Amino acid sequence: MGAIYIMWLREVKRYFRSKAQVIVSLGQPTLYLLALGFGFGPIFAKAGAGNYIQFMAPGVIGMTVLFSSIFSGMAMLWDRQFGFLKETLVAPVPRLNIIFGRTLGGATVATMQGLLMLVVCLIAGFRPVHQHAPGAAASNNWLAIPVALIFIAMIALVFAALGASVGSSIKDMQGFQVLMNFMVMPIFFLSGALFPLKNLGAVMTWITHADPLSYGIDGLRGVLIGNWQFNFGWQFNFMLDLGLLAALAAIFLGTSAWLFSRIEV
Amino acid sequence: MIQVENLTRKFDQFTAVNDISFEVDSGEIFAFLGPNGAGKTTTIKMLTTLLRPTSGRIHLDGLDPWVKQRDARQRFGIVFQDPSLDNEQTALENMELHGILYHIPRRVRVERIEELLRLFELWERRNDYVKTFSGGMKRRLEIARGFLHTPKILFLDEPTLGLDPQSRNQLWTHVKNLNAKEKTTVFLTTHYMDEADRVAHRIAIMDHGAIVAIGTSAELKARTNTDSLEAAFLALTGTSLRDESASSTDNLRRFAQMWQQKR
Repeated sequence: MGAIYIMWLREVKRYFRSKAQVIVSLGQPTLYLLALGFGFGPIFAKAGAGNYIQFMAPGVIGMTVLFSSIFSGMAMLWDRQFGFLKETLVAPVPRLNIIFGRTLGGATVATMQGLLMLVVCLIAGFRPVHQHAPGAAASNNWLAIPVALIFIAMIALVFAALGASVGSSIKDMQGFQVLMNFMVMPIFFLSGALFPLKNLGAVMTWITHADPLSYGIDGLRGVLIGNWQFNFGWQFNFMLDLGLLAALAAIFLGTSAWLFSRIEV
Repeated sequence: MIQVENLTRKFDQFTAVNDISFEVDSGEIFAFLGPNGAGKTTTIKMLTTLLRPTSGRIHLDGLDPWVKQRDARQRFGIVFQDPSLDNEQTALENMELHGILYHIPRRVRVERIEELLRLFELWERRNDYVKTFSGGMKRRLEIARGFLHTPKILFLDEPTLGLDPQSRNQLWTHVKNLNAKEKTTVFLTTHYMDEADRVAHRIAIMDHGAIVAIGTSAELKARTNTDSLEAAFLALTGTSLRDESASSTDNLRRFAQMWQQKR
């Protein structure tokens, strides 16, 4: 048990000690929010779809969490060979505890990043809103934020576990690059973070529905901007999104535990 | 303390370790010498539960490390060839982490950490981040850490690679002192013949996955009719170069070196 805690604590300490990295990792999502948000804003509004910043904010929050959590898992490759993780492989502690603590730590850090990004969105003009019915007045819904935290944490956990699974399997840095380009970026772009998932063609519909992040983003968007803001508040629904993410988290955690236990350095 | 019988490890068609057998007595300092690719690191990995043997038997302090993994791991320590410290934490925190992973009770832990950090002359820097340490200091810290849980056996995989002569000398002084005081069995691999000669009680020479000779330094020199361990080594293993291809580990190491140049 102590091992789980110290592995978790290690990730969190590292986060708080690297202020520069915290700022830098918020840079890309902020760029997306500002450039695309204000850039596409007029067209989106003209298409009758409302305020793009409102639409996009949950998307870039999800983006922040995705990148942060996957990266923490993938950084395991380095840690395995040149870092502390190697020491844990020979310690008299079950490997399950090690990977569990580390994954939870990575998920915690990603969640904190997501919250920071939420603050950035608020500064950029985003407001969580609640509308009783279509066409009714929208009121600020600050209570949405604690509920949104659930989805942020779930996304963090799912992708931290996925990242840990990947980090336990790849053997060198080339694999890392390949995965960033061919797994993480598609997951982000096809998740509805940047565009609504309604009225897409058959193939796109199928792909975006197969993307785990879609459910996370949908949950975030639904909680933060509600049902009636646009035509596309909720693509799916609260229970489906949450349930699916929880199930995926469990599966990926199991996979990462199994893969990690089989590491031979 | 260490018994190895008919240990073999194959990677697909390639036999890295070919049916080796040897014994190491309690309190002995035992060195594994061999050219690159001889199988030394593979052997250490099998002894320390990092790599599963294809066949053969291992006993550490009477235990089979593959059957009684947790008990065996509690009894040995290892210092790897590549650093395994947490650079983003302090020396003290690194020692603490190790202590917790190895189930050392708190009071014992605190005392033992101070004792070892003072012995390895790192006490003054205990609250500094490891990333600010020189190569020699990092290695000293890793070795101090290896001794923390008073292991019966300490495995050292090329412990002084890349260190300057002062650091190397100082390191071996400390290791020999702890070996004498706590009767820790030390199993090391190295390229540095002079060190093996000076430090080890007995030496095994490994080549192409097999043990070519075992004995004290004097015995090996007598056997090959030479007067230096290096000459004996070359006589036993030949002088031709070893062609190897880069493994993924080598690639990673190159990458690491690239990053470290930046400092």
